[in-house]
Amino acid sequence: MVPIHHYLLLGAALFTIGVVGVLTRRNIMVILMSIELMMNAVNINLIAFSGRLGHVAGQVFAIFVITVAAAEAAVGLGIVIAMFKNKETMNINEIDLMKW
Amino acid sequence: MNFLDLIWLIPLFPAAGFVINGLFGKRMPKAAVGTIAAGAVLVSFIFAAAAVYQLSQLPEHERSHEVKVYEWINAGPAVTTGGQATRFVVDWGFLLDPLSSVMVLVVTGIGFLIHVYSNGYMWEEDGFYRFFAYLNLFMFSMLTLILGNNYVMMFIGWEGVGLCSYLLIGYYFLKKSAGDAAKKAFVVNRVGDWGLATGILLIFATFGSLDFLKVGEAIKAGVAAGQYHVGQPIFIGIALALFVGACGKSAQIPLYVWLPDAMEGPTPVSALIHAATMVTAGVYMVARSNWIYQLAPQALAVVAVVGVLTALFAASIGLVQNDIKRVLAYSTVSQLGYMFLALGVGAFTAGVFHLMTHAFFKALLFLGSGSVIHAMHHEQDMRKMGALKNKIPVTFWTMAIGTLAIAGTPGLAGFFSKDEILWQAFSSEHGHFLLWLLGAIVAGMTSFYMFRLLFMTFFGESRVDPHTEAHIHESPKVMTVPLMVLAVGSVLAGYIGLPKWLGPNLFEHWLEPVFEPVQAVAAAGEEAAHHSAGLEIGMAAVSVAIAVIGFLIAYTTYAKKSDRAARVSAQFKGLYQALLNKWYVDELYDALWVNRAKDLGRGLWRFDSKIVDGLVNDAAVGTVQSAVGSGWWDRWIVDGVVRFAGGFVKTASWPIRLSETGYTQNYALVMIFGVLLLVGYVLWGTL
Repeated sequence: MVPIHHYLLLGAALFTIGVVGVLTRRNIMVILMSIELMMNAVNINLIAFSGRLGHVAGQVFAIFVITVAAAEAAVGLGIVIAMFKNKETMNINEIDLMKW
Repeated sequence: MNFLDLIWLIPLFPAAGFVINGLFGKRMPKAAVGTIAAGAVLVSFIFAAAAVYQLSQLPEHERSHEVKVYEWINAGPAVTTGGQATRFVVDWGFLLDPLSSVMVLVVTGIGFLIHVYSNGYMWEEDGFYRFFAYLNLFMFSMLTLILGNNYVMMFIGWEGVGLCSYLLIGYYFLKKSAGDAAKKAFVVNRVGDWGLATGILLIFATFGSLDFLKVGEAIKAGVAAGQYHVGQPIFIGIALALFVGACGKSAQIPLYVWLPDAMEGPTPVSALIHAATMVTAGVYMVARSNWIYQLAPQALAVVAVVGVLTALFAASIGLVQNDIKRVLAYSTVSQLGYMFLALGVGAFTAGVFHLMTHAFFKALLFLGSGSVIHAMHHEQDMRKMGALKNKIPVTFWTMAIGTLAIAGTPGLAGFFSKDEILWQAFSSEHGHFLLWLLGAIVAGMTSFYMFRLLFMTFFGESRVDPHTEAHIHESPKVMTVPLMVLAVGSVLAGYIGLPKWLGPNLFEHWLEPVFEPVQAVAAAGEEAAHHSAGLEIGMAAVSVAIAVIGFLIAYTTYAKKSDRAARVSAQFKGLYQALLNKWYVDELYDALWVNRAKDLGRGLWRFDSKIVDGLVNDAAVGTVQSAVGSGWWDRWIVDGVVRFAGGFVKTASWPIRLSETGYTQNYALVMIFGVLLLVGYVLWGTL
């Protein structure tokens, strides 16, 4: 049986990769993919604890996260398409409207 | 049928013609337009002739028939200057008496002939229907003027004929000169109309009525009761005011200036309105008001002097004019002067008699000149005519008769009426030898300028330019037949008013009821005024001799080859120029009135543009200035506070704004640091 900290290290690594992707990549599509990566890292944690504790709630949570991730991907891609129509760019540095 | 009760229909036939031609004439064939117009006048003539015939069948003192159609104006109570209570009532009423019957026959009879003639003369012109509509409107107005039974009806007609005169003078409205002439006629006539209106108001204020018959009765009753007497100022005032009106309409000094210019209208208009009918309205009006003039001998003297001076003055201008119609125009003014001379010496019958004969021969002469102009393709300058005698024989012979008649050839119409006037000018109680002398001189001048016209046009060598000469043709029957009828009239019309030494004066007898003296004239004075027949014949012979001299001068100068015309005009250059330029009266009037009126207009315009507009402009400038001020206040004070508040916040928030880069990833980084701190803090506590 695989010890729990393997799962947790994998999750932490995946999560860190996702965070670094979100913070450093300039392409919005890649950022969205990094967010997916972060959510799946969380899913790994949830599933690992579910198996460890023998409790089904973690798996249910994982299913919910996948569902939310699907919705998030739909909304996020919609926003990206609308943004691209307006700005004709995918570079996050050129989309700097969120300031005074 | 009792035509006497139908006289109110007489003006309505031409009115109907006016309505039909005016409304639908444009879409009707020319023949129909002309036939309706002439036919309407013919029907009027028939009704008038029948009514006059029935009037003549009545006993002498019942020959005055009034028809009141309805009460037209009832303006309520009024008080005369004599303190008598009355009402201002005007009927739409008509009066046929010997005087108006003479006028109505002349107007409808000659009017009909001229309508027929116009069918030929105007055939080629644009606006054929318009011409006949105006002509019929004129007939309606003229008939209202002479058949109305009160001064207001007369005034309506008076203004109506003035309007038609204006419209027809300006018939060729594309020509500036025609438009100017029309305006001149209208404006000059307004001056006269002011006098007429004043006279009418004075009549009402004095007598409390405007009906001819009632005013006449009031005067007779007043004279009989000793209330009125000869030379009373009010009569002089009324008479002079009315005479101002007559001066305007009948072209007397000083208001004659419009008539020569009125020749800009088509020739039939000159014949009908500016020779035969409308311009005699003043004569009719004075004759109609004769009982007022009888009581104002001073006013009569003014009338006589103005009349004879006008006759002389106009004749002198007529001597040298070269436009065939202008000669006739000045001749008309001169002959109207004769009529006023007759009225002025109290010989009302003679004035009306000359009015009638003049209507015949002057209409004839104008229509004849129209026929010449027609043949010459609208050439009016006599210097470019000559030797037309054999080319247009009918026109020549009829015009020759007209010329003989106006020159006073014994046996023709003009002789009888003119000699009656001259004799009365000398022998009447208001007459004077000088009036006769001037009148006789005018007779000589008339003879000269008329024969000059005849010889220059029809005799001598042809001065027509060759191109026109090839096309000279006699006018069609529709034009020559009226000429012949008028020629017959010009010969025969005089025989109804023979001088006493030759036979009964039917005309005087016919008009007697209208012109009977308002007070019994002292019998002795009447007898004394009757000079011997021998003297009358002698004076007639003198005036004929003067006319013959005029004829001889014209004959030797213009019918024969002669350089006398050029020689004399060179010798008396100043006088000749003055006559040619109409004594510079137009220039004088321009300087006295026309340009002064223009100056006044300019002055008012300046007042408008500087003062009135100036106030408006100043108000506008003031508004702009105050708007600039309040704009400054708004921009710097009101807006300033707002902008200061904004600016302050903006400046104060500068350090905070530095953190707002707009880069999503910066925000995300801060969020992650925050989460790490939070996590670190939580873990710190547990460890």
